[in-house]
Amino acid sequence: MSTANQAAVERYRNNFLKEVEANVEEGHMVKMCMQCGVCAGSCPLGPHWEHSPQKIFMMIRAGKRDEVLGSDSMFMCTSCYNCIVRCPRQLPITHIMHGLANYAHRLGIAPKGQPTREFATLFWNNLTKKGRVNELTLTLRHYFRGGLVSGIKEALAMQGVGLGLLKAKRLNPMEIFGGHGVKDLKGFHAIIAKAKEIEDRKKGFTA
Amino acid sequence: MTASIATNQTILVVGGGISGMTAALEAAECGKQVILVEKTPVLGGRTARLYRYFPKMCHPTCGLEINLRRIKQNRNIRLMTMTEVTAVAGSRGNYSVTLKVAPRYVNENCTACGKCGEAVTAEVSNPWNYGLDKMKAAYLPHNMAHPQRYVIDQSIVGTPEGEKAKAACPVGAVDLDMKEESVSLQVGAVIYATGWRPYDAAKIQPYGYDRFPNVITSLEFERLADPQGPTSGKILRPGDGKEAKNVAFIQCAGSRDENHLRHCSRICCMASLKQTQYVREAFGDAGKSTVYYIDIRAIDRFEDFYQMVQKDATVSFVKSKVAKIVENKETGNPILHGVDTEGYHRYATEHDLVVLAVGMEPEITGVKLPDDVILDSSNFIEGSKDGGMFGAGAASSPLDVNRAVQSATAASLHAIQIINKTARAEA
Repeated sequence: MSTANQAAVERYRNNFLKEVEANVEEGHMVKMCMQCGVCAGSCPLGPHWEHSPQKIFMMIRAGKRDEVLGSDSMFMCTSCYNCIVRCPRQLPITHIMHGLANYAHRLGIAPKGQPTREFATLFWNNLTKKGRVNELTLTLRHYFRGGLVSGIKEALAMQGVGLGLLKAKRLNPMEIFGGHGVKDLKGFHAIIAKAKEIEDRKKGFTA
Repeated sequence: MTASIATNQTILVVGGGISGMTAALEAAECGKQVILVEKTPVLGGRTARLYRYFPKMCHPTCGLEINLRRIKQNRNIRLMTMTEVTAVAGSRGNYSVTLKVAPRYVNENCTACGKCGEAVTAEVSNPWNYGLDKMKAAYLPHNMAHPQRYVIDQSIVGTPEGEKAKAACPVGAVDLDMKEESVSLQVGAVIYATGWRPYDAAKIQPYGYDRFPNVITSLEFERLADPQGPTSGKILRPGDGKEAKNVAFIQCAGSRDENHLRHCSRICCMASLKQTQYVREAFGDAGKSTVYYIDIRAIDRFEDFYQMVQKDATVSFVKSKVAKIVENKETGNPILHGVDTEGYHRYATEHDLVVLAVGMEPEITGVKLPDDVILDSSNFIEGSKDGGMFGAGAASSPLDVNRAVQSATAASLHAIQIINKTARAEA
């Protein structure tokens, strides 16, 4: 191949598509989309997405990096798997959406204040602390995410549910002092650290 | 059955549709002995059940008439209807074939006078119209049926209805004691012209073919448009018999889909483009057709037909695979939901009738063929390891009529070469 051809081919190669293929879960399947639109039409939350999955795939192929990674559309996915079941090309659409959301989050360019992103972060931090979800602190942190006043309001609104849980012994108020964790906490943290190291290496986040 | 003339220089053609008739005729007119077997009581296959052909919009009856006359005139063809192949053993140039002949309950004396049909009151589903209507249980499959001979449906044999048919026959042609027969033959080459069948549309769950009466297949639509069909050529929807002026065509219904048929069935785009013109023919400018598509694949030289339809103001195109259909409970109208690819607009559009352009599935899917036969990943016949068996027409690939005829002629030529080689080896 002549150098001129080579240059043309390089220019034609889409850097963002390559980036997605390398760093996003199941990203290599993005190029398989044939733009039929069944995913968008089958999605129960479809009307609430700014960009439907098939549009996101086309945007990736068109190299619209900022628009895709800065979008909150991927966070709208509720993992119902309707799209995967119906996709005529069997693209793992749900996984790609989570992969894109995760990638945008890790790059720090996902939209700030996106509820799904915020709660997922809260959940992850809560879970990895002790190896078990502390439902009391998770709930409280969630209620008070917007400050003291709105937190009290939200907590009061939910007090009936909370008292019911207390009576049924499904909520232990002592959990507020840290709560119980897994037996081998040190080992658990080592596992998480190792998994993160592997994940980082795979997705190009190694420092 | 009495001894047949078959030898290892005979060609067996399986299937009496357009491909099978062509393959049999080409070989027979070259002087070869041919046995043509057909599963149903008549020749013509699915082609004869179309209203018009693309791109010339002519009627299949014309070509059928020519082919039937050629078959009637040719002494080299031995036609066996209601016959299926149950086993093929042996190898190239020397096959032993076992055939199963189902009873027709009507013998050669039949003059097709129709008295048995008049006498019988029992009705059965009419396969000629894809089950859209019913017919008498003593019937002539259709006007141009060859052989021109009535059939008594198995369901009335042994009942008073069957006896009525027998009593009504003035020439003693009804023979209710006919039994299934098994026939063994020697042949030199086998051509599988077993054709195709529409993909079972009920399997495409979101389209509700099994739930909504006004969602039909493209083949049923052919019958609605045909003057010999169940509605005498009026486009009336099955749900309530209302005129269907606003018709939606959904492409790739089952085709190009890993969950259904992996292959592109090739003909459906042209078939739907053709069918938009049925709507125009029936209602003029008051008709409205909408084609929902992924890509329009107007194969080969048919792009000009596509352009012609594009210019038709009654036809519009939406680039989108419809995601699901729901029914308007009050009107019975199907409502199509989806997102189009040109602008990503979400739509919910109501139509009078939805026609699913269903894909082609090889008729032999699920049938045990000789081990030697080579199938592709969609069960189309590629040929055989020993080189003595061939696929022809839609059995070998999703083909339109024109190409099926070409394919059948090619298969016939291959078979003739096998026969000639066999003859030389024995001489």
